[in-house]
Parts: sequence; structure tokens; C-alpha cells
Amino acid sequence: MCRLIALTSDEPQSPMLAIRALDVMREGHDGSGVGLFLSDLGGPFEELKGLPILSGIFTSEGVKRLDQYMASLGFAPKHNISIRNSKTPPPGTPRRDTYVICAYDYPQAWEGLDQKEIELRLMLARLDLRQVGEEHEDMIVYSFWPDVIMLKEIGDPLMVSEYLELGREELKARVILAQGRQNTNYAINLYACHPFFIQGFASMTNGENTAFVPNREYLMSRGFPGYVGYQSDSEVFTHIAHYTLNSLGLGIEAYKHVITPLQDEDIESHPDGGFLKQLKHSCRRLIIDGPNCVIGRLPDNTLFLVQDRKKLRPAIAGGRKGIYAFSSEMCGLEAAIPDRDKSMDFQPMHLDTVIIPSDRSEVRVCSQMEALSLLH
Amino acid sequence: MLSNGSIIPSSLSVKDLLWQVQWDKEKCTLCGRCCAVCPVHAIELGVHRKRHVQIPSLAEIGPATSSSNVYQVYHGVRQRTDPAYACIGCAMCNLVCPNGAIIPLKSDEADKLRFHINRGGQPRRRGGRRNVPDSLGTLDRIKFIRISMLTDPALDAGRHEFELRTLLGRVLPPEENLKLYRENGWIPPVREIYPLIIGSMSFGALSPSMWEGLQMGVGYLNEELGMPVRMCTGEGGCPPRLLRSRFLKYTILQIASGYFGWDEIIHALPEMKEDPCAIEIKYGQGAKPGDGGLLMWYKVNKLIAAIRGVPSGVSLPSPPTHQTQYSIEESVAKMIQSMSMAWGFRVPVYPKISGTSTALSVLNNLTRNPYAAGLAIDGEDGGTGAAYSVSMDHMGHPIASNIRDCYLNLARIGKQNEVPLFAGGGVGKNGKIAANAAALIMLGASGVQVGKYMMQAAAGCLGSESDRCNICNIGQCPKGITSQDPRLYRRLDPEKVAERVVDIFLAFDTELKKIVAPLGRSTSLPIGMSDALAIDDKAASERLQIKYVV
Repeated sequence: MCRLIALTSDEPQSPMLAIRALDVMREGHDGSGVGLFLSDLGGPFEELKGLPILSGIFTSEGVKRLDQYMASLGFAPKHNISIRNSKTPPPGTPRRDTYVICAYDYPQAWEGLDQKEIELRLMLARLDLRQVGEEHEDMIVYSFWPDVIMLKEIGDPLMVSEYLELGREELKARVILAQGRQNTNYAINLYACHPFFIQGFASMTNGENTAFVPNREYLMSRGFPGYVGYQSDSEVFTHIAHYTLNSLGLGIEAYKHVITPLQDEDIESHPDGGFLKQLKHSCRRLIIDGPNCVIGRLPDNTLFLVQDRKKLRPAIAGGRKGIYAFSSEMCGLEAAIPDRDKSMDFQPMHLDTVIIPSDRSEVRVCSQMEALSLLH
Repeated sequence: MLSNGSIIPSSLSVKDLLWQVQWDKEKCTLCGRCCAVCPVHAIELGVHRKRHVQIPSLAEIGPATSSSNVYQVYHGVRQRTDPAYACIGCAMCNLVCPNGAIIPLKSDEADKLRFHINRGGQPRRRGGRRNVPDSLGTLDRIKFIRISMLTDPALDAGRHEFELRTLLGRVLPPEENLKLYRENGWIPPVREIYPLIIGSMSFGALSPSMWEGLQMGVGYLNEELGMPVRMCTGEGGCPPRLLRSRFLKYTILQIASGYFGWDEIIHALPEMKEDPCAIEIKYGQGAKPGDGGLLMWYKVNKLIAAIRGVPSGVSLPSPPTHQTQYSIEESVAKMIQSMSMAWGFRVPVYPKISGTSTALSVLNNLTRNPYAAGLAIDGEDGGTGAAYSVSMDHMGHPIASNIRDCYLNLARIGKQNEVPLFAGGGVGKNGKIAANAAALIMLGASGVQVGKYMMQAAAGCLGSESDRCNICNIGQCPKGITSQDPRLYRRLDPEKVAERVVDIFLAFDTELKKIVAPLGRSTSLPIGMSDALAIDDKAASERLQIKYVV
């Protein structure tokens, strides 16, 4: 079972904090891969907050292709901390030419476009690059979005991170998601690695989604160009969160009602029963199944955590003022935030959604049995 | 044969018949029950003359010695060989015989009878099923291969919570649905029901005892066990008291091309305490696609005639199509509209068609009709109370590929959650009802309809795929299931039928959980979970787009 940790902190933190927490949970992952998502960035990217950052892995050819493509769209590189490493990679990690983390200035032609259109174009550019990269096997693109850096690689999380020197000063962030992978496939496709990303939404999961095929069929038939990929059955969690908030206009409190709705008897007695019944009916194909703990980040840097209907995966939330974390295991939380009031640690159960807003003012636990703050 | 005897082309010997009655003179008590119970008078009292050759010893032979032949008579049973009275293999004789002296056995070769059941130019008509004994149906061959192991633990069918309900009704896309909910707009009615539905068998096709038993069973399942099981009336109207009772909400009313019983239903509208679960518009039936319903005159007694609003003692053939049709699309739309309007748009209305290669066209029309609440498709293995044999044996489309095509088409246009598909026709025909139902659901059906299985399991119907019995059409059902003759249907105790209905649903529920739990599914019915399915036939796997395993 993969191990997960998510941190949100007033002060920018090094991703190594999360990586070390993963390392103490290593009994649970086999060192086959690591996935990292950083946002609310510190360091040099803090001043470039509105500018989209491209993250990915490129061959030398791929870098040239990327430069051409970005130039053709009118993007100008603004700040680049591409990682090139001549050392021998750790066991199991392939040698790569370049890990690109590059912020771009928007094309002049995009001036005056409304936010929705910009967001769509950014996503389409990422998908384009991904497709071209798959054809030529020279580019793997994780994200292209303002204030977001992503990195995924095969190998032991700690060894990979040290090899890539992720402890560097310029790579700090206030919101960090990290996954230590337990491999269940022979060949590892990096697009199957967590966290998954779409238009500012990111999520990672440990588990197995047995309703994957109907979920995937439904998402792919929504007519939204970003609902593609699905090398992993967990990618649908990210896309369902995106769909719930962006297409249905609901809050993250409703997410659990979409993926694991209440049973009919509970809906009958729920204060928002009428609404939940409609939601359950019309989003029936988005109901997930199987053991899953989903931890994610919303575009406004809110962190959330939900459990499957039977709570078949462990998770704990805790922290202190200014820094909070979700972790698969208590030892991970202990490693990340040792100086906290442990009596306030909380293990979310099958009805809970835990939400930490971007200002970290509170850790909110919503039960599915409670009334929703419905909108207007 | 006597030297001056004659034979006609249809003179058959017992050997030529499909079912041959074995009678044991030693065991027979001559009680006569077998002959009395035989629904087709295939056996009768036989007065057999038998010669005993008595040879006197040579010493005894003299002028006064009488003939050595002694003729004696003994009584017993004789099987008739006239095709009109051929044994149907129901074995009621065996059931009633106190000594087990009699039993029908199946011929060891193809019978000659089949060439002669068309006397008077009237092709064979019968009830029952397709009679394809040797084929293990596609549904029976589908395996569930995606077993949860290690990474996702299998669930506990006995102890975990399961949500095994389905939706009947038009479901809107989420965006539209939530918008209408906020604005208090009209949202199409949707019923949350159990995915195993008792399919349309009419009051008339079924005996009053059978119908009452099914209704009582359904009532008990709903009110005592909390299982939202629904039953469709078929085309024969609905008893007036049921129309005015709270139990109507467990009933799907069917309207078909003969409109039998709808005068009564319409007149009962103002007095209805509850809305019916749904309205099913029958356009076709899997057992006899493109042919209308048929209730033969034998079964149209006073009660049936009254409920249907027709004279008694006449055959009631429904036309193959609805007479109001100008063009099918308009007619379907209009009928759905009218039926919806009759209940103030509070009741889901959906058509039922027979399995056909044109099902996709029907479906495409329905997807564009916002009032269409679903589509029921009845495959070639569906049963019937009366049909021409040729229709039953050769017409129609297998359900598996038909439902799969429709589901994949819906998924392509993004409406897989909007128009629920219901599959029928041969579900559980070899007794494997839960496995067949689960396979159809994972191929894309929202639920399944069963008829014959209910008759066999709840009432002891004798029909089998070996052309056994199959006389539902003439009202002589020896178990009283499809008869309108009180002497016959009193054999069936409605209370016992109800008990069996409950047994069936409880057992089905456990078996369905025993299928979905190992697949790691419990939060919703696994509609379209095709990654769980496989079949050991390459062509079938490609056709159904499921895995191939050997």
C-alpha cells in the first residue's frame, strides 16, 4: 500500500520534510517511486506567482522540442531551475537528461483573455506536449500551471530526492503532497504515478478503485478534453474533484457525497436529503468503490482528505498552529511535525471529509451526516 | 396391424412420440389417478386382451379337449398416439401415482411427432420457452475474473453493507439536474428499486392463484423486509382492488397493443391512493418478436374477460404493433407523453422491446426524448404464455450482445447514466439467476426482468428446455400456474407461492453479494463493470468487449 503525506505550512518548507516522513513510513512502500506536488511556492517562484510553471522530464531532444513548442505559442521562459545531474542515479532510477521546472511569461496574444479561457489553454498546452512527448518518447509533462511544481520519478523516495538535491533553497513550498509508491505493475509508467493533476486540482490515493471502468467511461464522455489518461485507476479521483467543483459548482464538502454517497435510509433523514438524492442519482457513475484514502489540493491551496465508504485505508490528521499534515501513518506525522499536541490528532472515519483551508485557520471535519453549506 | 387395417400419414407409434409413457403392470393399483390428472389425455384406461397359450400334455388330449388358447383380459394404461393427444412429458402421472408405476421417458431419437403437429394447417402453438437444451447460454459462460486480492481486500458478503439498488427513470445529467433542483423545476421521476424485477406476466396468462401469490410475495418483501422489489402486470390489466390499494406502488402497469384492461385502469385513476411504480409500454416480447400478445380462448373466462373489458370465450390476440402508430418515433413519443400526463408526470414511462438488431435505433430515439424513462429489452430466450413455435424457436436476438451494444452506445454519447437499460430473456434459464443477472448488469444493464424463473422456482412450473409440458397456452397447466380453470388453479396455494417468492429474492440477494463482494464492489451496483468479466470464447469476448480466458 502506498504511503501518503500532505503538508500545509505558513512558512515555506523543503520537500525533504515530506520525503523524510515518507521514509519513516517505508515499511509500507517498496521504494519503487516517488511523486511530489508543490504549491504556494516560496523561493524565486514566489514573485512569479501568476506565471505558469512547466514541470516534467525531458531528453535533450525533448528540451529542444519543448522550446520550439513554447516559442510557437508565444511563451517566454522567465525562470528556470532545470535539474541536470551527472552523478550515477540510485538503483532503479533511470538516467534522465533534464528535469525541467520553468516559469513562463504568458504570450502577448493571451492578454485580455478571461480566466477560464486561459485555464483551458494552459491545460491544452500540457496535453499537447504530453501527446507529442509520448509519440517521440522525449517528454513527460506533469503540470503547466501557475504556482505549481510537480516531480515524479522511479526509485526510492529518499534516494531519488537526495540524488536530485531537492533540499535546495529555491524549492520551498507551503503546500506539499508526496507519495511513496508501492508498485503493483511490472513496468512503471510515470503517468500512472500519483499525485495526478488537472487545472490546479491535485490528488493522490492509496488503494484500488474497483469502479474504475464505469468512472472512466463516464468522465471520458463528459466532453472535457482534460479527462484523458487514466493509466491509473486513481486518476479519476482528481478528475471527479475537478468535475464536482468546476462543472457542478459544488464545494469540496460535496465531493464525498459524489464518490461515496450515503445509503438511501440515511439520505431520507438528512437535512439536505432532497439535494443529496438528486446528486446520488445523477452522479451515480462517479461512485467509487474499493479501499481508498484520497488526499488532495484544490486550486486555492485548500487541502482535503476523504476516506472510502468502509474506511479500508489508514490516515491521520494533525499539526499545530501554522503547520498541519495529513499522513498515512502516525509515524509519518510524527516525523513531519513532532512538536504538536498529539491529543488533537484525528483519524478520519468513513463519513469524514477533512479540510484545511489555505489560510490554515482551522482543520475542519465534515461528516456526511451533517447539513451541507449549500449555495445560493 | 390387421390385414385390412389402414394407416394414414400421421399414424404414429409410441416410438415416434417425444415422450413415451412407461407403465409397470406389477406396481399399478389401477387407481386411475394418472389418467384423471393427465392434462392432455395422453393416457387412458387400456383394456388389454392377452392370449395365454396352454398346451395340454399328450395324455390329456382327447376328443373333448378344448382349445389350447386362453384369452384373458387385463386392465391398465394405454398411451394414445394421435398427435393431438401426444404425451407432453409433464409427469403429473408420476407425481400422483401412489406406487410410482408410471413415468414418461424421452425418446432416444428425434421424434416423428414434430412433423405432424400442424394438422388442419395450423402450425404448432405453445407456451413456455425456446427448448434449446444443449446450448450453455452465453450468460452461463461468462465468468467473473477480477477478484480482489491483496491490494484491495475482498469484501465480506455476509457482514459488510451493500447498496444493491438500481434506478428506474430518466436521470438527467448532473449539471441540469442540480440546476432544476435549485430552481424547483420538473425533474423526471426516478424510482429506487431492486435490480431483479418480476417481468411482465399478465393476469390471464397466469392463474389468479399465481398472480395473488406473486403480489403477496412482493408485498412482503417491500413491507417486511425493506426490499424494493417490483412486479410488472403484463398486458392484462390489473385487479380493481389492487389498483385502489397502497400495493399499487410496487406494481409496474403494462400497456400493450391490445390495451386490455386499460379502461378499468383509467377509470380507477381518481381513486388511486398511490402512483404505480412505472408504466411499461410493450412494443415487443423476446419469445415472439414482432408478434402481438395472445391469450387463447380457453383461458378467457368471466373474470379475465371482466378485467380486460372483453367478451369471454374468445381468443385475444393483440396486434403486433400499436394501432395508433403513424410513425414509430412519433407514436412512442406520444404514448410516453400521454402516459406521463395521465399521472401528472410523476410516474416513469418506458418502452419494452424485443431483442433486435435495430435496438440501437430505438435507443437513439429515446435518448432524445426527455420523457423516456428507460428501455427494457427482452432477448430471444424470453418465455411466453402462448406463441407460434416457429417464433419462439427462431425469431429474436440474444440479450447479451444486444444489451452490450446499447450500453456502449450510451457510453459513447455520455448518456449511460441517463437512460437505464433493463435486460430480460433467459435470465436464470439454467437455474443460475444471480450469475446471469450480475453478468448482464456488468455488461451494462441497470437491472433484469425474470418471468420463467419465477414460475419454476416460486410455483413449480414443469417447463424445461427439453420441450416438457409447454401447454401454458391452452389453460391446462397441471400445476395451476397458467390455468384459468378453478379445478386446476386450486392446486396452487397462493400463500406458498408468496413464501417461495420471498425465498427466491433472499437467496438471490445473498448470491449477488457473493459475486460483487469478491470483486470489491459494495457502494453501488456495478453497472458496466466490464473489466470484471471474461468468457472462454474468443469471438464472444471480442463481440462483448470483455476479456478472453482459457
